[in-house]
Amino acid sequence: MGMAEAILLTVATAATPLLIAAIGELVVERSGVLNLGVEGMMLMGAVAGFGAAIMSGSAWIGVFAGLLTGALFSLLFAFLALTLVTNQVATGLALTLLGIGMSGMIGESFVGMPGVKLRVLDLPVISDIPLIGRLLFGQDPFFYISIGLVAGVMWFLFRTRAGLTLRSVGDSHTSAHALGIRVVLIRYCAVMFGGACAGLAGAQLSLVYTTQWIENMTAGRGWIALALVVFASWRPLRVLVGAYLFGAITIMQLHVQAVNMADLVSLPGPLYWLVSVLKSAPSQLLSALPYLATIVVLVIISRNRRLTIMNTPASLGRPFVPDR
Amino acid sequence: MRLELVKRPQQSKLYSALSPFIAFGLTLVAGAFLFAMLGKNPALGLYTYFVEPLTELWSLHELAVKAAPLILIAVGLSVCFVSNNWNIGAEGQFTIGAITGAALPLYFPDAQTIALLPAMLVCGALGGAVYAAIPALLKARFNTNEILTSLMLVYVAQLFLDWLVRGPWRDPAAMSFPQAPAFSSWATLPELFPMSGRANWGIVFALVAALVVWFMLSRTLKGFEIRVIGQSPRAGRFGGFSTARTIVFAFLVSGALAGLAGIAEVSGAIGRLQPQISPGYGFAAIIVAFLGRLNPLGIVAAGFVLALSYLGGEAAQIAVGVTDKTVRAFQGILLFFVLACDTLIHYQIRIVRRAPLSEPASLSTETAHGHG
Repeated sequence: MGMAEAILLTVATAATPLLIAAIGELVVERSGVLNLGVEGMMLMGAVAGFGAAIMSGSAWIGVFAGLLTGALFSLLFAFLALTLVTNQVATGLALTLLGIGMSGMIGESFVGMPGVKLRVLDLPVISDIPLIGRLLFGQDPFFYISIGLVAGVMWFLFRTRAGLTLRSVGDSHTSAHALGIRVVLIRYCAVMFGGACAGLAGAQLSLVYTTQWIENMTAGRGWIALALVVFASWRPLRVLVGAYLFGAITIMQLHVQAVNMADLVSLPGPLYWLVSVLKSAPSQLLSALPYLATIVVLVIISRNRRLTIMNTPASLGRPFVPDR
Repeated sequence: MRLELVKRPQQSKLYSALSPFIAFGLTLVAGAFLFAMLGKNPALGLYTYFVEPLTELWSLHELAVKAAPLILIAVGLSVCFVSNNWNIGAEGQFTIGAITGAALPLYFPDAQTIALLPAMLVCGALGGAVYAAIPALLKARFNTNEILTSLMLVYVAQLFLDWLVRGPWRDPAAMSFPQAPAFSSWATLPELFPMSGRANWGIVFALVAALVVWFMLSRTLKGFEIRVIGQSPRAGRFGGFSTARTIVFAFLVSGALAGLAGIAEVSGAIGRLQPQISPGYGFAAIIVAFLGRLNPLGIVAAGFVLALSYLGGEAAQIAVGVTDKTVRAFQGILLFFVLACDTLIHYQIRIVRRAPLSEPASLSTETAHGHG
């Protein structure tokens, strides 16, 4: 396996949790709900996935536990924000704070325990095709799930009647309600889908990315996923691009420290210079790169105010109380 | 059966006052369940958490030590939240405040005078304010989402502190510990009553800040402007108030208070810079702000409640044998109940039974037509 191939594989592993969590949140926001609890739901998914996997010995049971926990945990948010019509920003924050606390409490006994790793796909012959074999046919199941989710969400949102209904709820809940659409019910479903995705993304972290439980192991990925949705202006394909961009930044900072400059003399001048600068930078600065990149990307996107207003679901974050 | 909300013509005064208490009561009930689920005695658990720390003088001092940063930060956050600016990066502003304040004695080790400590406090507040100005200016100028930018800056600030105390500011005498040199006595925030416990001037700053901000929000034109912009930016613009100026003002105030809390914490309670300087005060302060119903005076009370939960968590670790991680779970549950109870202020909640369920089974064919 060549160096470039190995790097691309790790980029995919780093991008996948961002992609899964962001595509879930995209559906939630398309239905007009802003759930800032992604980080908390991911942590709950990660700890539940890890725990279920070591108790049952099966990584797949961990995957389902993560998914289910994320969905159930998001119901807490849904009940408050949709039924009791609380402030969505504050409630999402509460979900994240609760998720951090609960997962730390549940995971206390898991710290330092070896986890169960979800096996990568390994098909005879085609997985061994040079360059693309491993990339396309030799990854962990989460990779295929994430790509399937993007395709599925694109099809659902833009090619089905139910998807159109969901988008209409997000753009004008009062009109949708007047047409007899059950706004709150649809939003409940969307929030649970987002929760399931976030839980799944968390399970990827504890079953594939690190295969152990570390307190707060998401390290802001839930928030980066939220930023990705804005960056993608609520479009699934752009979420895919964004997630891989951030995956690349995450992996770059890991690889730059290990790389041997003598191997890179063939690189073009400016790139060689950039790598050497990054290599001499403190490791903390490199670790901060994904967060700084998020800010830069958000600024670039939001500078074009008209584009943002056009793309944002018009009812996003607004409270809705059905009149009867 | 389902819940139906009926908007009240006016905010309920009764529930405005009661809702934090109901929320706290419900949290205690949930906490009892939590302890029971963990196989512990719920009564003992709750007693250790919420009563025992109040029974001894030294732990009352500790309560003040923990409440001071929570109140300082939350009072600042109330200005942000009232004006509908979601600064959730107070933890980062706290960290930067600690760094900029601590820079003075580190770079001017000979300046051992009475002016050193006030200068450090000012620098800390300035540092926090400047750091908070980043998301504020980005929001005011480019309409960038302040929730995400302010939060991202928390991670950046923590990594910056980590680099400082492991790199350039590391105390060579501290062997392998990554920490900065201890503050001299001129750079240390004095204790109020050194005879009986550790409580320092931080709590006094917190109480003064709460009073000043309460006065500003409720009795001045600036406070009116902040509240109008928060409730209806459109109405604010018609009134000639600038949204951008309010954004920057709110962030500067809350950043400065968080920065002050940061330098007061390292110079008072901790005594030096180290990689970990906060058990999540910046995030817990969000809960404090909501539990205090965004009123600075209510926040003072709420700050003591959250401080109690930190102390109780430490005590429960020993006395009950539960992990100190239960603290954050408790705090999260509390915020949920606070938000849920706030619904009672604006809405009447009615439980509605669905009509078909109450009808006799023999009419099932008709109900199928009648109610669909």
